Amino acid sequence: MRIPEELRYTESHEWVQTQPDGSVLVGITDFAQDALGDLVFIDLPAVGKAFAAGDVIAVVESVKAASDIYAPVAGTVTAVNDAVKDAPEKVNRDAYGAWLFRMQPQEPAKLQGLLDAKAYQTTVDSEK
Amino acid sequence: MLKRTALFEIHRAAGAKMVDFGGWEMPLHYGSQIEEHLAVRAGSGMFDVSHMRVVDVNGADALQGLRTLLANDAARLEPGKALYSCMLRHDGGVLDDLIVYRLAGEGAAFRLVVNAATGERDLAWMQQVRRERGFDMELRMRADLALIAVQGPSAGARLCRAVPHVARVVESLGSFCAAAQGDWFLARTGYTGEDGFEIALPAPQATELWSALAGADVAPCGLGARDTLRLEAGLNLYGAEMDESVTPLESGLAWTVDWREPREFIGRAVLESQRANPGLRQLLGLKLLDRGVLRAHQAVATAQGSGEITSGTFGPTVGCSIALARLPAGVALADEVSVALRAGPARARVCRPAFVRHGRVLQ
Repeated sequence: MRIPEELRYTESHEWVQTQPDGSVLVGITDFAQDALGDLVFIDLPAVGKAFAAGDVIAVVESVKAASDIYAPVAGTVTAVNDAVKDAPEKVNRDAYGAWLFRMQPQEPAKLQGLLDAKAYQTTVDSEK
Repeated sequence: MLKRTALFEIHRAAGAKMVDFGGWEMPLHYGSQIEEHLAVRAGSGMFDVSHMRVVDVNGADALQGLRTLLANDAARLEPGKALYSCMLRHDGGVLDDLIVYRLAGEGAAFRLVVNAATGERDLAWMQQVRRERGFDMELRMRADLALIAVQGPSAGARLCRAVPHVARVVESLGSFCAAAQGDWFLARTGYTGEDGFEIALPAPQATELWSALAGADVAPCGLGARDTLRLEAGLNLYGAEMDESVTPLESGLAWTVDWREPREFIGRAVLESQRANPGLRQLLGLKLLDRGVLRAHQAVATAQGSGEITSGTFGPTVGCSIALARLPAGVALADEVSVALRAGPARARVCRPAFVRHGRVLQ
């Protein structure tokens, strides 16, 4: 199960990548896509909507189950990945290449509170 | 400790995601269950179904015993033919669904294939009935056999390519027919709504057959694809569409009950009285009209009262979510009903409980 060193993570299996402009791309991890199986629907948030940390911000549905995706930090959605909405299997094939939405964090410092790769590995190990 | 089939190592080596299925460690998929599903409908795929149990039935009273135990009539079988039936409790509740094959030859010898989770219970029940009725019947569980199902429009051709010495038998088998070749047993049956063959063979020979089939471009397919294929085909799954708490009549299986002769089979009396009940629940299909996925146990709201989904999924061939549901009497085909999905109520259309047959979307 891949866990790229340069990303940050949440306990609920989202990955977060900081962009040069301070926004973040968010997706689900390899562990999450493997646990879910083939994805068939992805419901993405409305662009412009604000969320608190931990709010349900998106939903992914696989053949097996539906799963909530949570906002990793408080912020506003600035873009969604329509390509993934039309072809959810992209997330299964390349979880870290298939971002779901971009958001502008309300407090960039909060990103430091996310898990690093090593801490996320511990999370994954405890769920196996 | 989960049970493993003779093909366990080959599944693991192929990178299968293994899961616990009724106490057996089985492949859920080998990468993508949707791709495996589509491969079967487009060409062919193979399933390790060695967890299912084979029970051979012999003895002077074999036929009488099966005519007592099964709701469908084994006397209908000519040698080399197969029949789908339920086996019932005295109260009409379904103990299992199974296929019964009448073997070729002069004696009345039969083979049953029953479900993995219920096999031991089925055998104990049959032994009990045998003892109670004093039937001269021998029941033998064949744990020495592996079972591989090759399914899809190209199944026969690829099976012949992989194993040329079974070509003559394969080419001679009609639908729902079976024949032995040496210590292999081939049946033109399946659980996908496509053409295909199910092969019972000595377990030590299973890996060689699996590898030969892989070499003939038959894709390994797991339980995930098996479930979406059978649901699209409108085929019941024991434990979902029926169990001991319901009869075949409430499970869309009235067609498998043979009433034609005054044959006393276990559960008949209860079924006879149920037949006369106009309020009997019915098993129908649902097609989701809105976005989302129908899932087992979701409540269905109809004008005639509430029902429940027994099996639901996203059908890769139909391209939307489909389900089987037990609904109140009076619900009709084409009715629009409401299903309580996780995200809220969604609209579904009532339809016949079959969505795809031989690769073609039906409605």
